Amino acid sequence: MMRKRIRYGVTAAALAGVMLAATACGGTTRGDDSGEGSGGGAQGEADPDAEIPEGLAISFLPKQLNNPYMTYANSGGQEAVEELAGEFKEVGPSEANASSQVSYINTLSQQGSDAIVIAANDPDAVCGALNQARQAGSVVVSYDSDTNPDCRDVFINQATAEEIARVQVEMVAEQIGGEGEIAFLSATPNATNQNTWLELMEEELAKDEYADIEVVDTVYGNDDDQKSFNEMQALLQSHPDLAGVVAPTTVGLAAAARYLSGSDYKGEVVLTGLGTPNQMQEYVEDGTVEEFALWDPKDMGYLAGYAAASLSAGRITGAEGETFEAGRLGDYEIGANGEVVLGPPTVFNADNIDEYDF
Amino acid sequence: MGPEVGTAPKAAASPGADTRSALRRLAGTRETSVIGALVVAVLAASLLVEGFASGRNAGFLILDIATIALIALPMTLIVITGEIDLSVASTLGLTSAVMGQLWVMGLPLETIVPLCVLLGVVLGAVNGLLVTVAGLPSLAVTIGTMAMYRGLAYVVLGDRAVADFPFEWTGGATARLPGTDLPWVVLLIAVLAVVFGVVLHATPVGRSLFAIGSNDEATRFSGISVAWTKLWLFVASGAVAGLAGVFWTLQYGSARADNAFGLELSVVAAVLLGGVSIFGGKGALPGVLAGVLLLGVIRNALSLADVSSDVLSIVTGVLLVVSVVLPTTITRLRERRPRPAPS
Amino acid sequence: MSTTRNPDSTGSPGTAAATGSPAGAAATAPRPRGGGDARAGRRVRQVRELGILLALVLLIAVTTAVNPGFLAAQSVRDLLLGATLLTILAVGQSLVLITRNVDLSVGSVMGLSAFAVGTLFVAFPGLPTPVAALAGVAVGTVCGVVNGVLVAAARVPALVVTLGTLYMFRGIDFWWASGRQINAADMPDGFLGLGRVTLLGVPLPAVVALLVVLAAGWYLRNYRSGRELYAVGSEPQAARLSGIPVDRRVFAPFVVNGALAGLAGVLYAARFGTLDATVGTGMELEVVAAAVVGGVAIFGGSGTVYGAALGALLLSTIDAALPMLRVDSFWQQAVVGLLILVSIGLDRLLAVRTARRLRGGGSRGA
Repeated sequence: MMRKRIRYGVTAAALAGVMLAATACGGTTRGDDSGEGSGGGAQGEADPDAEIPEGLAISFLPKQLNNPYMTYANSGGQEAVEELAGEFKEVGPSEANASSQVSYINTLSQQGSDAIVIAANDPDAVCGALNQARQAGSVVVSYDSDTNPDCRDVFINQATAEEIARVQVEMVAEQIGGEGEIAFLSATPNATNQNTWLELMEEELAKDEYADIEVVDTVYGNDDDQKSFNEMQALLQSHPDLAGVVAPTTVGLAAAARYLSGSDYKGEVVLTGLGTPNQMQEYVEDGTVEEFALWDPKDMGYLAGYAAASLSAGRITGAEGETFEAGRLGDYEIGANGEVVLGPPTVFNADNIDEYDF
Repeated sequence: MGPEVGTAPKAAASPGADTRSALRRLAGTRETSVIGALVVAVLAASLLVEGFASGRNAGFLILDIATIALIALPMTLIVITGEIDLSVASTLGLTSAVMGQLWVMGLPLETIVPLCVLLGVVLGAVNGLLVTVAGLPSLAVTIGTMAMYRGLAYVVLGDRAVADFPFEWTGGATARLPGTDLPWVVLLIAVLAVVFGVVLHATPVGRSLFAIGSNDEATRFSGISVAWTKLWLFVASGAVAGLAGVFWTLQYGSARADNAFGLELSVVAAVLLGGVSIFGGKGALPGVLAGVLLLGVIRNALSLADVSSDVLSIVTGVLLVVSVVLPTTITRLRERRPRPAPS
Repeated sequence: MSTTRNPDSTGSPGTAAATGSPAGAAATAPRPRGGGDARAGRRVRQVRELGILLALVLLIAVTTAVNPGFLAAQSVRDLLLGATLLTILAVGQSLVLITRNVDLSVGSVMGLSAFAVGTLFVAFPGLPTPVAALAGVAVGTVCGVVNGVLVAAARVPALVVTLGTLYMFRGIDFWWASGRQINAADMPDGFLGLGRVTLLGVPLPAVVALLVVLAAGWYLRNYRSGRELYAVGSEPQAARLSGIPVDRRVFAPFVVNGALAGLAGVLYAARFGTLDATVGTGMELEVVAAAVVGGVAIFGGSGTVYGAALGALLLSTIDAALPMLRVDSFWQQAVVGLLILVSIGLDRLLAVRTARRLRGGGSRGA
């Protein structure tokens, strides 16, 4: 009975397949050029002397709440908004995913927020909601992780990719004494930021001054603590002559440092990369890691706050070449694609690590 | 999963008490209390929360719960037969990943969409065959396929996101019905809800689902093909999850392997909150829809009122526990009073 | 979700009691009757556990052949440390599963306990390690009591209750942490050292996990109340009628499981040093998976904690071995999913075989 029915089912499925193949001609395919939706970009004229009104509602939407890095960045945002006598608000999902960010964007739009400052979990998934919010009158600033440029006015870039790549190469080259095998411990194989940095680091290493340094491997810890830990372990065992490891991700660097500090390789293998002072303090103090780099997220949030207020007041529109004043950080100019660069990365070591809290 | 065997309500014996007990039964059912709670929540939110009572907000709310509502429909039927499908969110993720990959390979969307639903059917059938033919417990099977389908989604698309779907399709997914603030997906939910509702509550097949849930073996002897019925339910669940995968991908304009990660627990929570017994045999579709809406309304109202998402998590948990503890306790107290319980 | 009423289409055939190590019947009925079943059941159990052990050995052998570094002392220590948390949680979960219940809140409980320990150290920097550890276990125990009361006293389905408390405990954790993170520098070296101390070359946490496994195994095998857990799990009504205090036997595993999740939280804090409110998120299904791979039946009455521990060890080894084998890490989850399906399929096959053999031997049928 059952078997017969299954045979009918298979036949039906095969028929459906044939019919599908028949419809395959003449549909919407990837090559088709379709008109984009409500595009972004600068609109209207900027008035550099416009007054920033009091009581602007500026809302920060981090990748997730309860993430110390984001909390610290938003404390800078709060500082800026309070200096401008605006209303600061921080909302967000407890887990970093794009779909829940969308519902928070909708809520902010419904509440009539003047400015939305967002660190996007997915550059495209938040786009539709952001454009709807902009149509409803909000301005949008992205920080930390950009959205598709079509759906925001300004992006606060924490540091240029070239700077980040250069500082990491400098650190590792100096610590291994200019020669030897090095490897990379990255986030995920498709993480946009990390891949850009890896590429630029390879370019930097191709220069003559780094001719004696050889990159032997690149592994991925998926920004998962345990996985990064395992990858670091595998790396050291597969390459006995390894002199240094660069981890351009905070999760990866902390996990790698934890592995190194409890292993026989401590002091033998150099470890550096991007990390947060609080996570790395222990390993800098016990000598596992000499120095590492990152930008100051608090300044990034502060700058985003000023950019949002300036946009909302009409001082800037997000067009290239416009300048605005950002409180204690001074003046900033908007670059190509609506990007504002915060500045060169900060290098942390035993001398300055106590001054930061994130 | 508890040691207790469900205490089915005894049919009223005396003829006079018939209408009265029917009324009481209606007032006392889980689904009526959920619908009541929903009405209260909507009224309270409209009065107390600024910006809640507007068409625009209703549109946002419906888009938020659309996926859960869709998947909850077949899930209700599955739980009523005493089974469960935890692989739905992974099915959604795998469908989304395949959709992205096929799009990159250059297939037209008109072909991709039906293929994705078909993929959902296949994935559902795998669950169904493992449960019916191999005779394995659905809880364990679908925990296994949950991991496997999600894993395959990563194998297909890795960590990439495919996001260059044409605007007519992505914008179309969230488009509003002409003249209203309601997204068109509300029609899709309504149609499917009517289909599943009629099957469950107005056909012999539906009655057999309740029968299977309350006593599988007796049903088997009564001539209903238990295995066949369950297989169909898992196939339906897979198909709807596949459809939801297409909708999700277009709604957010982004095909990713981790789409809807963890959504299975939200769906199960909504179904249970809606009054479906986890032991099977009891439940109703209107209650489940009210459960889905109730969670959506609370989430939306709290976030408009600037209440942090931490509280939301606590509220969801408390609601779920209270919704089962309260009726069970009341039933036990009531039973204890008139006659000595036969333990 | 099916219950006893459904012997054929689920994996819990009537003979499930016989496949658990000491048969449920043996706990209450005079021994001779259940003796034959129990012996056959034990053999099946042993075959099953040997199977996992074999898979484990095979995996280690292949990985070592590809990458000899896999069996270096450091690597083995790391592997054992990695398996510790999952093993402890799997043992607790098995106790609950055996009574035909489930605890989905373990990940949240572990996170809450870990954060509690961290917060204690921030508030009282000089706190002695044992006091902090006890506090973490106590937090877990309280959570376990909440689950246990709701399931056993209010007689509410465990799946629903613990799904609810999963959200509740996690919400409390988020609310408490409110964006804070506790770092290694906030905790004393003595406490963090717990993760690095070794006993005869074996890391201390792994020793603790081993003790937990042995203690639970000893209890289930040699104590009347332990064997009664199987009876409750295979046939709750019959267990009640035969005078077993079912509610208490259901309650206790939840409390023990909560305490073990608390212990796991303490060990997590000591080992990782970085704590925020997301610790242990999504751990619950991994734990259930480890137990199921280890042969603990999801519908109760069958399985041992040794099997669950082996299951946990196997899953952890897969995690550690795939990068060594240079297998694309994207395959990892798919492999684990397949393993779960194979495991429950195998269980079903063995159960059917045993049932057939028992029937042939003139024992009571299914």
